Amino acid sequence: MSLVAFNLPIVALLPFFGAILAAWSSKLNRAASAWTAAGITVLSMAFLAPAFSIPFNGETLIQSWAWMPAIGVDFAFRLDGLALLFAMLILVIGLLIIVYARYYLSAKDSMGRFFAYLLMFMGSMLGIVLSENMIQLVVFWELTSLTSFLLISYWQHRQDARQGARMALAITGAGGLALLGGVLILGHIVGSYNLTDVLAAGDLIRAHELYVPALVLILLGVFTKSAQFPFHFWLPHAMAAPTPVSAYLHSATMVKAGIFLLARFFPALSGTPEWMWLVGGAGMITFVIGAYTALFKHDLKGLLAYSTISHLGLITLLFGFGTHMAAVAAIFHIINHATFKASLFMVAGIIDHETGTRDMRKLNGLLKYMPHTAVLAMIAAAAMAGVPLLNGFLSKEMFFEQAITASHASTLAWFIPIIVTIAAIFSVAYSLRFIHDVFFNGEPVDLPKTPHEPPRFMKIPVDLLVIVCLAVGIIPMFTVAPILAVAVAGTLQTTPPEYSLAIWHGFNLPLMMSLLALALGVGVYSMRERLHVWHERFIARIDARAIYNAVLLATLRFSVRLTRAFDKGSLQHAAVWVIGTALVAGLIGFLSMPAALLGEREGLPLDAVTFLAAVALMIATYLTVHWREKRLTALIAIGVVGLIVSLGFVKFSAPDLALTQLSVEVVTIVLLLLALYFLPQSSPKEIGRVRLSRDIVISVLAGVGVTLFTMAVLSREFDPISTYFLENAKPGGGGTNVVNVILVDFRGIDTLGEIVVLALAGLGIYAMLEGMKLPAPSKDIHGRQWNLDNHPMIMQTLTRLLLPLMLMVAVYIFLRGHNLPGGGFIAGLIAAVALIVQYLANGIEWTSDRLKADMHWVIGFGLLAATGTGLVAIGLGFPFLTSTFTYLTWPVVGKFEVASAIAFDIGVFLVVVGATVMSLVQLGKLSYASHHNDDHKTQQETK
Amino acid sequence: MEWLMAIVIGVMTSAGVYLTLRARTFPVVLGLTLLAYAVNVFLFVMGRLTIGQPAVIDAAATGYADPLPQALVLTAIVIAFGMTAFLIVLALKARGEMGNDHVDGLHLADDERLVEQTPSQTSQETKL
Repeated sequence: MSLVAFNLPIVALLPFFGAILAAWSSKLNRAASAWTAAGITVLSMAFLAPAFSIPFNGETLIQSWAWMPAIGVDFAFRLDGLALLFAMLILVIGLLIIVYARYYLSAKDSMGRFFAYLLMFMGSMLGIVLSENMIQLVVFWELTSLTSFLLISYWQHRQDARQGARMALAITGAGGLALLGGVLILGHIVGSYNLTDVLAAGDLIRAHELYVPALVLILLGVFTKSAQFPFHFWLPHAMAAPTPVSAYLHSATMVKAGIFLLARFFPALSGTPEWMWLVGGAGMITFVIGAYTALFKHDLKGLLAYSTISHLGLITLLFGFGTHMAAVAAIFHIINHATFKASLFMVAGIIDHETGTRDMRKLNGLLKYMPHTAVLAMIAAAAMAGVPLLNGFLSKEMFFEQAITASHASTLAWFIPIIVTIAAIFSVAYSLRFIHDVFFNGEPVDLPKTPHEPPRFMKIPVDLLVIVCLAVGIIPMFTVAPILAVAVAGTLQTTPPEYSLAIWHGFNLPLMMSLLALALGVGVYSMRERLHVWHERFIARIDARAIYNAVLLATLRFSVRLTRAFDKGSLQHAAVWVIGTALVAGLIGFLSMPAALLGEREGLPLDAVTFLAAVALMIATYLTVHWREKRLTALIAIGVVGLIVSLGFVKFSAPDLALTQLSVEVVTIVLLLLALYFLPQSSPKEIGRVRLSRDIVISVLAGVGVTLFTMAVLSREFDPISTYFLENAKPGGGGTNVVNVILVDFRGIDTLGEIVVLALAGLGIYAMLEGMKLPAPSKDIHGRQWNLDNHPMIMQTLTRLLLPLMLMVAVYIFLRGHNLPGGGFIAGLIAAVALIVQYLANGIEWTSDRLKADMHWVIGFGLLAATGTGLVAIGLGFPFLTSTFTYLTWPVVGKFEVASAIAFDIGVFLVVVGATVMSLVQLGKLSYASHHNDDHKTQQETK
Repeated sequence: MEWLMAIVIGVMTSAGVYLTLRARTFPVVLGLTLLAYAVNVFLFVMGRLTIGQPAVIDAAATGYADPLPQALVLTAIVIAFGMTAFLIVLALKARGEMGNDHVDGLHLADDERLVEQTPSQTSQETKL
């Protein structure tokens, strides 16, 4: 099998494994994790390389594995031109960032954590751009939100970092939910979640009545991620991240994910007025606001942040135009923006690193301290401003051309070229500020450090990017043209339109706009002092963050109030809500029942014994409630209830239930007795009359409701599904006790689940009690001393004699279980009782010495036996837990039936024994430990 | 007979609900145990009442009780035990951590009063 059959998931998932490696390798040596990260990135590229030629041949590579075929979700990857362009941007710029970050991070920063986060983020981004399945794409999308949260909050000790990260997560996470909704609608419209199908179904989607909801939801995802107005404000706050993170997230990756999605869905969603107004409108507003605000930021990274917002707006606006040519310009600008913005962020990081500040009011005249960096910054900033012979100029020319074209589209659109020119003027102005304010404009003002050139390897990534800016700007046909062509083809999913990448198109309107922007930009920059005063007075007060915080606070208050209305921190209160809701729901059921409450079925005649037993049960139930404050007495009363219930099972043809109930009753009462020892022996008197009468009303209503409901069922005929079990128990399950056959055979997997629950309860009890010390009471409720005497002799002797007998009964009950009442549950309980009686009669110490078995192992073996039986069936090619049976002839015993289900039942038996004995013995040990402590204390005191 | 069973279930439910709404852990555990009885019997009688016809295959049998509710209830009984055990230990843990047995961890709620213990009664019973 060739590598191109399965390489794409490796490309995307490798960084996740690399993250573990990077975190681990930082233990060896600080730099090791950086080189690990770089190595992983290169390896990812190497895995991608064999597939390079496929998009260039005009094909799309799809690699797909079934994941959840029933709901149309596949584990599917796709490589077309667009995906290739983005994957290469992510990997190449990622590699440069890794090299840069290696020198940027200070000795205090954990390298391993940084590179692990960075690699996870890289993997998530690669997952987005390489996904074929839309659900999978959303999963990776959310992963970028999570990993970028980790990256932005990398300096966890800084409050602004934590707040910025939380804001980014809240906004992009919410957008991710909207995106999921949009994608689900899209999948519903098309009938497939695979991009190939969706991209081919553009006409269907645009004509569908759910088009607008789907579009709005997807755009919410896009706008939040790509920081489009009105969600742009998270991006500047994310600048609290280390600069390499900002350089990566805000040039080529995170914010470009939204842009990527616009490009991805361009063939499916674009070309409608809704698309044009929503996408174009948001893009234009963002473009203008970003460019304007950037000029007034004193923080170097703040300027770059708003300039990023502005350029993202520009790209969004281009997609909003909806024409193929505009898409070409947008893709071209994505490449250019990634290169010059990444280099500018890195320059900002270098300046911060070498001077100790990013405040442009302090940074002046750095040219003579760091000339190399200054040259790089000037070229990159000029590219950002759109100066000729640089890459930014080319895509901006195309942008102006498209703006002019769009203005012809309708009479309303004449203002588009004017607005974009104004925004371009501000772009020039803030680019100029980045150069002039920082590298010229006098001398630095009290810098924390004396600036000098950074380490060589911090500059090399910037060198490379700036060379790209120049190469693309001067000889576009020989550099960017091929990758741009395939990316455009991948975006449009058709043959791209004719376009020219030449530098000189003659003296036309776009060039005029460029020159105008350059000239007026210089003018605006020179008036910046006066503009600034005006800005401070009128505009700076509008703070989107304040609105965000207000909304957040209001939401928080509302949910707290809502929660408080139901949950006052009181269990009783909550229980009343739950039971009350059940009562109301039941009442609605009774009231809306069209038929009569009672049916026609004839009941059984009443007999005196049953009647008396029932009356005894009800009296015992009442006494349990009545004596609830005298706890021991109440416990005895409830024991009576349990015993009569088991008699009832005997009466009504359920011997298995009777046996189970009886043995559970014994164990439960012993357990509660043990526990009662540590609880107060009595409850305080309740004096809240309102609450007591309310509770009486609720409980009487519940009782009446249940009674009526039971009668409504019992007075009607029904058609049981049990006929199947009765008919097949013997021929199919090999047993005559249908109840047991259902448990271990027909519904074996349910039973497996149940014994797992039991095992967990036992382990949970063990964990809670392990190492716990409770004050043991020295006196009972009436002030009498507890008798600490040894265990009564008669009981000791008798129980020791009884043990083998009881175990034999357990074995007997177990073996006959398949054919007569009995089985693993009942036998397990009997065996547990037999063992517990030993503990009771002889004490923990004596019994533990003789019974070495650790109940953890018993439970473990039980689960293993039960699961193993099922797995054997799979091994033999049958479904899980299929059983079989045969007949053996043993001497003395005679003909004997053996079902494989008996192995399963052994598992049940072991788990029941293990969990029961463990719970009780653990409780018993608790009292033993407390007494032991007391004795110890008394001894010490006497000494 | 059906009415009798229905009333028995209703009484156990009432008592169970009432105890579940109490403020101290031990009565709540008792209440849940009673509710478990009620639910188990309720499920059991959904297969209708049958006398003297256990669900064990036998050529001579004239009919069988419905085995399905029985199988359901059998495991339900065991699980109810597991739950009771877990809850009571949770109550112990709460007592150990918070020093009282109120369900909300309070020492004495507004609507409670300590049961008065007369010393004379105590001494009397000690003699016995």
